Amino acid sequence: MELISPTEFARDTVQALQEYSVLAGQSVANLFRYPRYMADMMQQADLIGVGSLPIVVLTGFFTGAVLALNSASMLQRFGSLTLIGQLVSVGMVRELGPVLTGLMVAGRNASGMASELGSMIVTEQIDAMRALGTDPLKKLVTPRMISTVFMLFFLTIISDLLGLVGGGVVSTLIFGLDSHQYWSSAWQVLVFQDVFTGLIKPVLFGFIIATVGCYYGMSARGGTQGVGRATTQAVVASSVFILLVDFFATKLLISIFGYR
Amino acid sequence: MSAPPTAIEQPTRSTQDVSPHVIVFDNVSIAFDEKVVLDGVSFQLPHGETKALFGVAGTGKSTILKLALGLIKPDRGEIYVLGENVTRMKEEDLFELRRKVGIVFQESALFDSLTVRENVAFRLMEEGDVSEEELERRVREALSFVELEHTLDLFPSELSGGMRRRVAIARAIITQPEILLYDSPTGGLDPVTSTTIVELIVKQRDVYKTSSLLVTQRLQDAFIMATHCFDRKSNRMVPLPPGTRGEVPMAFLILREGKVIFDGDARELAQSRDEYIREFIS
Repeated sequence: MELISPTEFARDTVQALQEYSVLAGQSVANLFRYPRYMADMMQQADLIGVGSLPIVVLTGFFTGAVLALNSASMLQRFGSLTLIGQLVSVGMVRELGPVLTGLMVAGRNASGMASELGSMIVTEQIDAMRALGTDPLKKLVTPRMISTVFMLFFLTIISDLLGLVGGGVVSTLIFGLDSHQYWSSAWQVLVFQDVFTGLIKPVLFGFIIATVGCYYGMSARGGTQGVGRATTQAVVASSVFILLVDFFATKLLISIFGYR
Repeated sequence: MSAPPTAIEQPTRSTQDVSPHVIVFDNVSIAFDEKVVLDGVSFQLPHGETKALFGVAGTGKSTILKLALGLIKPDRGEIYVLGENVTRMKEEDLFELRRKVGIVFQESALFDSLTVRENVAFRLMEEGDVSEEELERRVREALSFVELEHTLDLFPSELSGGMRRRVAIARAIITQPEILLYDSPTGGLDPVTSTTIVELIVKQRDVYKTSSLLVTQRLQDAFIMATHCFDRKSNRMVPLPPGTRGEVPMAFLILREGKVIFDGDARELAQSRDEYIREFIS
C-alpha cells in the first residue's frame, strides 16, 4: 500500500469535501432552474422506491419482530408485557425505521448510482453529455436526489408500519397478547415529536444517499477498477454519514422538543 | 535520432482578427499531474477546412479537442471557438456554444441505456422545441447519412464497433453543427469500415462544408481525405483529378512533445525536410 504524506492527505480531503459540497449545493440549486427532468425523476423514483420495496418490507417486518422478541423477556420480568406495543412503536418510528431503511437504501442505491455514473465517466458518456449541451448535474444528479428524498420518506413510513406489524405478530402469536391491546398502546404512545423526528430523518438520509452516491460516481477514475472502488466508497461513506447525521439530528431535535 | 522538437512560429492573434477562423488556439499549455501535455500550442482552423492532428500517443491530440469544447480548461493561453473565448466562459454559457459544435469520441461514447434513435435524437430532445414528427424525420435523415436507418431501435451494445462510430457521427451531425471534432474515428477498425468512416467525413466536409478537427493515428486516412472529394452524383468518394492535389480544404498538424512542429497542407507535408516528420510520414 502506497503511503501518502499527511499534507497530501489533508489537501485531498479538503478538496473532496469542497467538491462534494459544490455537487450537493448544485443539486439543490438546480431545483430552481430549467429544464426539469420529470421523466428522469419518475424513472429514478421507480428504481429507488418500488425497487427497494421488498428489502424495506423485509427489514421493517423482521426488525419489529426481533424488537418485540428481545424486549418481551425483559418486560415479562416486570409484568409489563402490555407495554410491548409502546416500545416497538417508539423504537421503530423514532429510530430504527428511518435508520435501517436509510442504510438498506444506501446499500442498494448509493452503490447503484456510483456504479452507473462511474461507468458513464470512464466511458466518456458524461463528457459526451456535456458536449451535447446538457448539464450532467441537472440531468443525472438532481433527479436522483429528489427521487431518493421523496421515496425514502414513504419507504420509511412503510418500514415503520411493517415493523409494528412484525412486533404485533410476535406479541400475539408467541406471547399471546391481545391484538387490539397491542395496536391501541402502540398508536396512543406516539406524539408529534416522535412522528416528526421519524419523518425528518429520511429527508436528510435521502439527500445524503443520493449526493454521496452521485459524488463518488462522478469522481470515479481509473477504469472498471475505479468504478468498483467508487461503488464501495459510496456505500461506506453514505452509511457512515447516515449514522453521524442521525446522532446530530436526534441531538438537535431533542434540544428543540426536549425529552419525551 | 532526430533533433528535439522546435515549435513552429505562429503569429499571436487578438480577438479582433479571429473571425475567418472557427477555432484559434493561442499559446495554449496544459499539464496533468505535473506532466506537460501541451506546451504553447498555437494554430487556427479556417472556416470549411478539415485539419488532421497527428502525433504519437500522449502528445495531447485528444486534449486539444476537449479544450476546444471547453470540457477542460488550459493552464495558460486562450482558445477561441466561433469567436468566443472558451477559456473565460462559464460552464452554463458553454452549453450554448457546444450546441454549435459536434464531437465524435474515441470510443463513440454512446449512451448505453438509450436506443440508437434516442442517442441520435438526444440533443434535439434536450432542446425540447422539436415536434415528434420533426424529431423522427431528422433522426432518420442523420442515420441515412451514415446508412444505418435500420438500427433505430437497437441498443449500442447490439452494434459493431464501426456501426457505433457511425451512430456517433449521426448524433454529432443531427443539428448540422458549424464545427465537427473527430477523436480517432477510425481507430481499431478494419480497413473497409475505416474507409466508410473516412468517406462520411469527406462527405460532411464537401457537401455541408463543415469545419473539422480530426485526431487520427492513421496517416493513410488523412491522405485519402486530401486526395479525394465527395461526388454527389455517384454519392461516393472519388479521387481528385490528376494535378489537383492540395485543392481540397485539408490541412495537417503534427504534434511532438506537446508542441506543434508542422502545420500545413499535404503538399507542404510531403516536401518537409524535417527528419522527424519524414520518419513520421514514411
